[in-house]
Parts: sequence; structure tokens; C-alpha cells
Amino acid sequence: MSALALRVDAIRKTFRRGPKETVVALDGVSFSAQAGSLSALVGPDGAGKTTLLRLATGLLTADSGEMEVLGIDAARAPQEIQNRVGYMPQRFGLYEDLTVQENLDLYADLHGVSRATRPGRYKRLMEMTALGPFTRRLAGQLSGGMKQKLGLACALVRSPEMLLLDEPTAGVDPLSRQELWEIIGELVADRQTTVILCTSYLDEAERCSHVVVLHEGTVLAQGAPHEVSALAEGRVFLADPPEGQTARGLQARLLDSADIVDAVPDAGRVRFVLTGAGSAPRGVEATAVEPRFEDGFMTLLQRKRESVRSASFTLERPLKGHTTEAVEVRDLVRMFGSFTAVDHVSFDVRRGEIFGLLGPNGAGKTTTFRMLCGLLPATSGTLKVAGLDLRTARASARERIGYVAQKFSLYGDLTVRENLDFFASAYGLRGEARRRRTSWALEQFELGSHVDLRSAELPGGYKQRLAMAAALLHEPEILFLDEPTSGTDPLARREFWRRITALGEQGVTIIVTTHFMEEAEYCDHVAILDGGRVLAQGTPADLRTHVPAEAGRAATMENAFIAIVEKARHEDSARRRSAA
Amino acid sequence: MWESLARISALIRKELLAMLKDPRARWSIVVPPVLQCLIFGYAATYDLNNVPYAVLDQDHSFASRDLLARFDGSRVFQRVADLQRAADIARVIDNRDAILVIQVPQDFERDLLLGKPASVQLIADGRNSNTAGVAQAYAGAIVDAFNADWRGQHGEAGPPIDIASRAWFNSNLETRWNMIPSLIGTITLIQTMMLAAMSIAREREQGTFDQLLVTPFRPLEIMAGKAVPSMIIGTIQATNILLVAQLWFRIPFQGSFVVLYAGLVLFLLAAVGIGIFVSSIAATMQQAMLYSFLLIMPFSLLSGLTTPITNMPEPLQILTFANPLRYAITIAQRVYLEGVGIATLVPNLWPMAIIATVTLGAATWMFRHRVA
Repeated sequence: MSALALRVDAIRKTFRRGPKETVVALDGVSFSAQAGSLSALVGPDGAGKTTLLRLATGLLTADSGEMEVLGIDAARAPQEIQNRVGYMPQRFGLYEDLTVQENLDLYADLHGVSRATRPGRYKRLMEMTALGPFTRRLAGQLSGGMKQKLGLACALVRSPEMLLLDEPTAGVDPLSRQELWEIIGELVADRQTTVILCTSYLDEAERCSHVVVLHEGTVLAQGAPHEVSALAEGRVFLADPPEGQTARGLQARLLDSADIVDAVPDAGRVRFVLTGAGSAPRGVEATAVEPRFEDGFMTLLQRKRESVRSASFTLERPLKGHTTEAVEVRDLVRMFGSFTAVDHVSFDVRRGEIFGLLGPNGAGKTTTFRMLCGLLPATSGTLKVAGLDLRTARASARERIGYVAQKFSLYGDLTVRENLDFFASAYGLRGEARRRRTSWALEQFELGSHVDLRSAELPGGYKQRLAMAAALLHEPEILFLDEPTSGTDPLARREFWRRITALGEQGVTIIVTTHFMEEAEYCDHVAILDGGRVLAQGTPADLRTHVPAEAGRAATMENAFIAIVEKARHEDSARRRSAA
Repeated sequence: MWESLARISALIRKELLAMLKDPRARWSIVVPPVLQCLIFGYAATYDLNNVPYAVLDQDHSFASRDLLARFDGSRVFQRVADLQRAADIARVIDNRDAILVIQVPQDFERDLLLGKPASVQLIADGRNSNTAGVAQAYAGAIVDAFNADWRGQHGEAGPPIDIASRAWFNSNLETRWNMIPSLIGTITLIQTMMLAAMSIAREREQGTFDQLLVTPFRPLEIMAGKAVPSMIIGTIQATNILLVAQLWFRIPFQGSFVVLYAGLVLFLLAAVGIGIFVSSIAATMQQAMLYSFLLIMPFSLLSGLTTPITNMPEPLQILTFANPLRYAITIAQRVYLEGVGIATLVPNLWPMAIIATVTLGAATWMFRHRVA
């Protein structure tokens, strides 16, 4: 078991961007993976994770350095490597108009898997992924988690010796994530497949035997996950918010403190990491806890912390004095043909509240959102946003809301300034007012250094900032954000929530969808959606009561979500059985 | 009102910026239409020059040589072979060595001198019926001229009817003269329709359309903001083609620019309306592109550009009433070559206004009611 499946030695890879600029994606990266082991590449956006995986598949060649995959020189025989390695890119190339079975057949054909071995292998893969009952379904109609499982099955159809997975669980609900990890675990344990994956879920890194922390093309640290965690040894604390203060408020306050690396709300309390060994800041009741991988990771990335802390933010005019409900939704239904995307959903959002719609992909979050914003008519039910139905209200009523769509929809050909100017004009801002608001936005979102860059060329985190800036130019009362943190790294997510918290404090009502369960902790109220229905709603603390606290450790929102969804699905099948 | 205009102008500015920012995009708006126009001007012509023909002269007389000399002397025909036997005729036609074979039989001169009708056989390659027909017509004209001269020289009375033909507006009947002004409509239709269709389909695909719909933009404002930039580009392209027609091909412009541009604006509105309507049905850019291509063929076939509308079967003739290009070509030709005033063109103007109203109205409705 000492054979190396992958050996990377001082790899350097650069890309050209535009006519002059050269981007260094990887700068002297070295690491190795044992055959039959599970390794993870973690790091913020632009760290070089995907580039490294693609180099290992032989799809790219390095500028310098050596790379040996399964004992083969990647630069010399890429085809041979591709014959023996399975690769699942971030967006796996499933053919959405083909069925599950046809996709499998196609990949079996492409990889020349013999007809004789197919039935046995298909059977194993279907058992492993639990896709057996859905072989006739079109791939395009599968849920996000099922698509990922099918992608994995397709990559496994010829039993590769090594499997490279690029963010296999991104955008997948907690239940499917659990299932995917069971499959990966089985591959490593039972079949001695070498698996190398990159992920932005830091808890997943803890399940691997070897972790490589990448940052801007260099290795910050590598080793067993507990070695990374150990970097924060003795610096991690859990604090209870003082009477009359929210965990979110305490977290924001702690983040502002200079000797704190990281602070996140954690099951009603705040978890924070100190810059150096020491004790909790004065006035904060805190108990020391064992560090986890995330704490070590944040310690490593200390020098980037600046951007998170400065992400605090002030409105020109804080909103005050509204008493009405910001959003009222009653029995909202939306059908697409015979498919019910949103099934009798009801909830209220109070003014100045941060409201989270949680649920896996396909749960009906985006459809609900589009109805609230007046982009889609409801099949039945009533909804009021700021007292109005935006679909039928006058166009000027839309000035009261801001909307940040999934993928931060901006005009990619236009520069940052041109985008802001356009959206300002769209909201009727002219002359002096427009100048004032755009410079406010540039300053608050720290976009100043990028004003003349085409927005398509902005790094991921900046795109999100620009989208938010554009949605806040007209000082809306209510801000809608659809999956704002999907596909962004842990740092960008902290930064985002720092801004959202500040906005909430200044009176803006915020409605946000997310599939990161831990982000529910930042919300005042949460509704959990699955299959178009609200399964549970309440404060994060209310929802956590759905699961008993495990020994010594409070239940996480992720545990709560899994418990709630499993219970609902169980009841559902029981009801169907009794009806039959 | 003021607010509304400010929003529309912001959208127009944004559209033009996005369309013209990239130097390659600017290039692709100006150069291809001009190139297309040049290619059409040279390639798409029914005028015949240097038609290869073969001769089977079985008479070898003064009269036969005189007749054939007239063929050789015209710019139209070029003799490529002198045949000896009738059996050779099939060979030169089959091999496409000649498009036309003239057979002058024995006794040609004798019959003429005797005052009897003499015959000449013309054999044409009918595989291209158009060319064959035109070549035969040219040959007929040459033979007619020969007849008339012969009668004059031999003291016989001239033919009872002497046709004096003058082609008005295009005295040399050059295809180019009628083709190029039509391109002002045809080329700009393709480009503006595509631009309009793609500009909305792109926003839908990239998700910016939702973003636009949640701003205070009203559907009509979005429509105006999307229509005007495409129309501006269309006007620039039409102007370029007009310049090529006058400065390069030297086709004299008879009418008024004001009248031509008035017709053009209505036509562009209809073209943009169709484009926007296409994009309101299409889910992706690819679909918008496909649908536009599907429309271009019937639009140009049913426009009267290449074949007269009056020759088409009745149902197709009715269909042409929904084709803005039909009216645009009529307007372009009549203003350009004929110089008619706006009053004459009214029957061609209002149908385009109706097409624009219907397509833009339907698209506006679709934007709000379509199930995403």
C-alpha cells in the first residue's frame, strides 16, 4: 500500500488573460497521493484546484514541473492516463435529453466497456447510487443530487483506478450529500480506488486522509485533516450571546475585533478563533473547544481576513418606522403542467428581518422567489410584497424591492461602472443623485479598483458584490437574494453575510435562499422547503429542536434539515401506502 | 412621461454600448452587408455575356456568313466551335462546350434569294432553363435584325410591324439596377431581425432579463429600448448599401431620400417587431437564431426579389401580404429608380405599420404572460 497513485512535483501553470496579462494558476505545487487513499484539495476561489485536477487528467499540460499519474508521465502519455482515470468536472456532461440508462450506455460505449461486463456493472452502480428505479427517467428531470450521482455512475462505468472529482457536492442538498459521501467512502474502502476531489465544504475535508490547502496557486499546508485543525489548537471558543443580543450581533462584533481570525454563528452560540493563543476578549463568556478543520483553515488564511472584516457597511439612509409585514404569502401554488413546483406555501416576513428559504435544488425556492418578484404568475393563492402584488401593481412599486438573481446576472460586456450607471438610470436616478449613489456603491462594496473591468472578467466574489451593489442603488426596502452564496468559497460567504447582517441592522428586510444549512444561523426566521412544500418554519433555534442534541454537542442546522426532510418523506410514503 | 423617456434612453445607451463596444462587433455590423452587396451586384445577374456557342454551317454562303458574323460581333455570344456534322451537336451540348448551337441548313441563301422562308435551327441547353431562354431571346433579336436588313437591301418591304422597345427606368435592362436597391431591404431585414431576436434571447439566457423586469421598466419601455438600437444599426446598414449602389455601382438615384428613409423606418420597425416576437417565443439564443433563419428563406422567396409575385400561386400571393420585405423592395425600387413620391407609396406603407403593431403587441404580451 505504499505505491503512489499521483505524484506532483513543483508544477507551474500559467494562463493568458487578455493580450498582456498572465495569470499564474499554480506556482510550484507539490504533493502526492497514496494508491487507494482519499485526498481533498481545498481553498478559496482561484486557488488552482480545478487546474490541478485537469492537469492530472492530462487535459492540460504544465509549464514546468513533473506530474506522474499511476506511474505515467502526464506530459508524455495523456491518452493512457485518460484510459485509466475517471474525471467528473464541476458540471458533468450529462445529456439531459437522454434517460439515465441511455446516459450510462453512452459513457460505456465511449469508454469501450465490453457488452458482457455491462449488466453486472450497471447493477452494482445502480445499487450504489440508488438510481435503479429511475433508469427510464430523462437526466434533465432528475434533482440536483441525483444528477451528481448519475454523473458519478457514468464516471465509474469502466471501473477507473483513480477518480478525480471537481466539487462533486456543490449545490446538492444535505441528504444527497450524505449519500454521495457514502458512495465515495465505499469506493475507497471496498475497491481501493484512489479518489482526489476538490471541495468548498470544509467539513468534507475532514473525511479525507490527506488534505492540500491551496491559496492563489501555492500550497499553504498539507497533511492529515487533524494536522490542519491543530493549527488552531487552544484558540477556538464557543460563546453565548449576552442577554438581549442575537448570536448574529455578537458574531459581527467579534469579527470587528482585531485579534479574532474568524467568528461564525453556531447553533445559537458563536464560535470564534483567536489570532494567537490567549483567552476570550473581555466581556465575552466563552468556553474553549476542540478545533475543527475549518478553524485551522481560517487560521491559515489569516491574511485574507481583512476583506471579511472590512465588509461591514453603511446605508446612506437607514430605514426605520415600518410596522407592516414586508411579505405575506398565503397558500401559494404554482403548477407547471401537471407538476406542482410550489405546493400551498405560506409564510410571513416582518420588516427588518432576515428571512431564509432553505432547501435543496428543485425544492421550489426559485419559483417562489420569481412569484414574489412578480416575474411569474401564481397558479393560486395570494402574495403581498410591501402590501402589493408586484405582478399587478404599478411599475413604480418595483422601486421598493431589490433583486439579486442566481448567478449574479449582469451585463458581462459592460464594465462595472457601466453596469451601475445602467441600473441607476433604470431606477430613475439622474445627474447628481446617480453620481452620489454609484460612488456610494463603489465605496461600500470596495469595487473602486475594478471600475473599468468588464463585469464578465470579475473574479467570482466581485461579481456577487457588483450584483448586490446594483440591487441596492435605489435604496430598496426589501432585498431578494436567490442563492447568493452558491459556488462561492468560505471567505466570500463570510464576507457576504457580514454585509447582509449590516443591512438587516439598518432596517432592510432581506429574503434569501440558500442550500448551505449552516447559513440559516444568520437568519431571524427560516422556512425549510422540500418538494414544493414548507416542511418547517421558525427561528433557527426552533428548527434545531427537531433533533435531540448529541452527546455534548448541539444539533447543527444540517442535522435538523435531514431529520425534518426524512420525517416528511417518511410520512409521505406512509400516507401513500395507506391511501393505496 | 419624462421618467419613462429617461429609462428608455438608458436602455438604448446600454444596448448600443454592448453592441458596439467590441471592435469585432463593430466590424461585423459594417463589413458583411457591404460585402454581400458587392457579391450580389456582380454575381446575381441575369445579363448574359460571352455565351459559348457552336456553329454548324451547312450552306457556306454569303448570307450564312453575314448572319453568323452578327453573332460574333455581338458582345453576348462567343463562338467556341465550328461543327462539320449534325451528329456533333449532341456532343458539344452534352459536354457543356456550348450553350447554344446554330445550324444553318443547305439552301439557306438560295431560299432567301428566291423569297421563300428560310429556316435556321437554334438548339439550346435547357438544363438551365433561365440561361437558355435568355440566350434564345438574344439570338432571336439578332435574327430579326438580319431579316430586316436583308429585306431592306433586297428591295423587299419591311416587316409589317416594327417594334421600337425602350425599357424605362433601366434603359439597358441591367439586373444590377433592380437587384441592388432591393438589397437595401433584404440585407437589412436579415441583420435587424437577428439583432433584435438575439438581444432579448441573450438577456433571457444570461438571466439579465429577469433583472430588467424587476426594475420599474414597463414592457413597452423595454420594447422601445430594444427596438430603437436595432433600428439604428439597420439604418446605418441601409445607408451603407445605398452608398455602394451610388458610389460604386453608379446606379442613378431618382427619388427623394426623405421618402426612402420614411419607408425604411417603417420597414425596420416591422423587421424588429418580427425579431422581438421570435425572441419572445424562443427559450434560448440557439432557438432564436434557428427560428430567424427559418423565416429568412420564405421572406426572401415571397418578396418578389427574384421572381415576380404575380407568377406565384394564389395562396402564396396572399401570404406575401404579411411579408414586410415585399413592401420594402417595392418602395426601394420605386423611389430609387422611378423617383415616386410618398403619396404613391401609401399602399405599401400601412401594411408594414400593421405588421409592426401586431408583432410588437404580441411580443409585449408574451413577455408578461409567458411561463418561464
